[in-house]
Amino acid sequence: MKKTQYSLGSRILTVLFALLCLVWIFPIFEVLINSFKANDYVNTAAFALPDKESFVGWANYVKGVTFGNYPFVKALGYSLVITVLSVALILLFTSMSAWYIARVNSLFAKIFYYLCLFSMIVPFQMVMFTLTFTADQLKLNTPFTIPVIYLGFGAGMAIFMFVGFIKGLPLEIEEAVAIDGGGPICTFFMVVLPMLKPTLISVGILEVMWVLNDYLLPYLVLDRTKYMTIPILVQYLKGSYGSVDLGATMAVIMLSIVPVIILYIFCQKHIIKGVAAGAVKG
Amino acid sequence: MKLKKKKTNDGTAVNSWLIRRPIKRWFPLFVLPTFLCFVIGFIWPFAQGIYLSFCNFNIPRDAQWVGLSNYAKAFGDASFSHAFWNTASFAVVSILLINLCAFGIAYALTQKMLGANLFRTVFFMPNLIGGVVLGYIWSMIFDAVLKHYNTYLTSNASYGFWGLVILVAWQQIGYMMIIYIAGLQAVPSDMLEAAKIDGANSWQTLTRVIIPNVMSSITICTFLTLTNSFKMFDQNLALTGGAPSVMMNGAKVNMTELLALNIYSTYNINRNWHGVAQAKAVIFFLLVAVLAIGQLVATRSKEVQQ
Repeated sequence: MKKTQYSLGSRILTVLFALLCLVWIFPIFEVLINSFKANDYVNTAAFALPDKESFVGWANYVKGVTFGNYPFVKALGYSLVITVLSVALILLFTSMSAWYIARVNSLFAKIFYYLCLFSMIVPFQMVMFTLTFTADQLKLNTPFTIPVIYLGFGAGMAIFMFVGFIKGLPLEIEEAVAIDGGGPICTFFMVVLPMLKPTLISVGILEVMWVLNDYLLPYLVLDRTKYMTIPILVQYLKGSYGSVDLGATMAVIMLSIVPVIILYIFCQKHIIKGVAAGAVKG
Repeated sequence: MKLKKKKTNDGTAVNSWLIRRPIKRWFPLFVLPTFLCFVIGFIWPFAQGIYLSFCNFNIPRDAQWVGLSNYAKAFGDASFSHAFWNTASFAVVSILLINLCAFGIAYALTQKMLGANLFRTVFFMPNLIGGVVLGYIWSMIFDAVLKHYNTYLTSNASYGFWGLVILVAWQQIGYMMIIYIAGLQAVPSDMLEAAKIDGANSWQTLTRVIIPNVMSSITICTFLTLTNSFKMFDQNLALTGGAPSVMMNGAKVNMTELLALNIYSTYNINRNWHGVAQAKAVIFFLLVAVLAIGQLVATRSKEVQQ
């Protein structure tokens, strides 16, 4: 460890930022303490710490995972299935297409590339109603088939980022593989894909953040009587009843954000780097 | 978005027949799956959306051509123009607030400071939480605060508006901060040294050296905050859902509704409004596209070429 001297001004800044960080964490802390309080106390004394009267232990959590006629675990499972399948599909297929676009340079490749750029500025509201009909007709309304839609709607940004990166890769390596008799499949999977690793990570992170937290697309497309994701479940618990059990809702919210935050603490370096890299490309 | 870049490698791609020809043969594997999904998930819904905006429809099969009447209804709808002004003022406020705070924090964190990495981690954290969940967390907090004044979040449109601004600032400052930090770290250190030797004070260094060098980050961040605030939906739905609503010229207007939510709730009124909602969506798309491209062109021209 090397020692750095910090000036007085920088120490004061550190203290100020530490306070600001407490403000930043406060909403999450609020959810945490309220998830241990009885419903009435969430309404009347939201900022108080749980005391002898208001503390209910894990009761909110027990209630939260079962109430609303839809088990929390099921929604969590579907969220994970959709996220993992969609992101895997996006990473594999868009990187392949991006390589084709970057290397082939035909009219079709150019048109496809510009359509992808174009799709990035189209808001979801433009296509949401018609997408719902199309998805229904093609039976893309289950967690196992909805990744097709995520691949289609998310292709634009992913292809844009991959093409940008592939164009910076030296062509000589791929030519050497071709001269040595490697076909395109071999070249792509053995040589190009490993070189794409940094972009795969940043596209992967951006897509996970999008798909996992997406509310409207799965809400409109999925057959809601059978399938819910976490954001849909939270909206359903809070939105559909007049008087809702706030304590239990806070417990459900806590359950849905804790895994994400733990994951973030462990790979925050990759996540922050990935976001920065993604944005610089964009 | 960086359209300029694509010209650079065209020459090499043409020369590499060694690679190009074999890949072309594998078209069905490399491109077809993505392209088919792209057609299903984007091109077809987009084209059908434009067509249906000229129709009266419940489902696409029973669509009847009605010409421009949906557009006329959309422009005549008081809730739509209210949502537009709401969105525009929300965008202005949040773009300024988020970018100033994010740049300030990024600037402070790139100075020598104890705990800078930890602070960065904390500020970014809200981005991992979905918009709907964020909305409910904050509606709980705002209601708890307003309770002290014997009122509640959805009682007054300006509570909802500023509530959404606070929520979005809390969420997005961290994201933009990451982009500004990347930009600030890329400012050439010899330029900073030269400024120091020439006797520039820190304000001069900031405005004459640093800001021109991070213009590309400023472009990206204003672009992202602009498009994010125009496309804002989840947070809006979860925080207030548009409430409170009033009657204006015989139509129900949700006071805190932004454009995206307005389109959605128009569609849900009843089947006669499906076409109008789709027409609003087309107008919304054109607006976002014009703003996004206009903003990119405007700030790109101010960037320093290195």
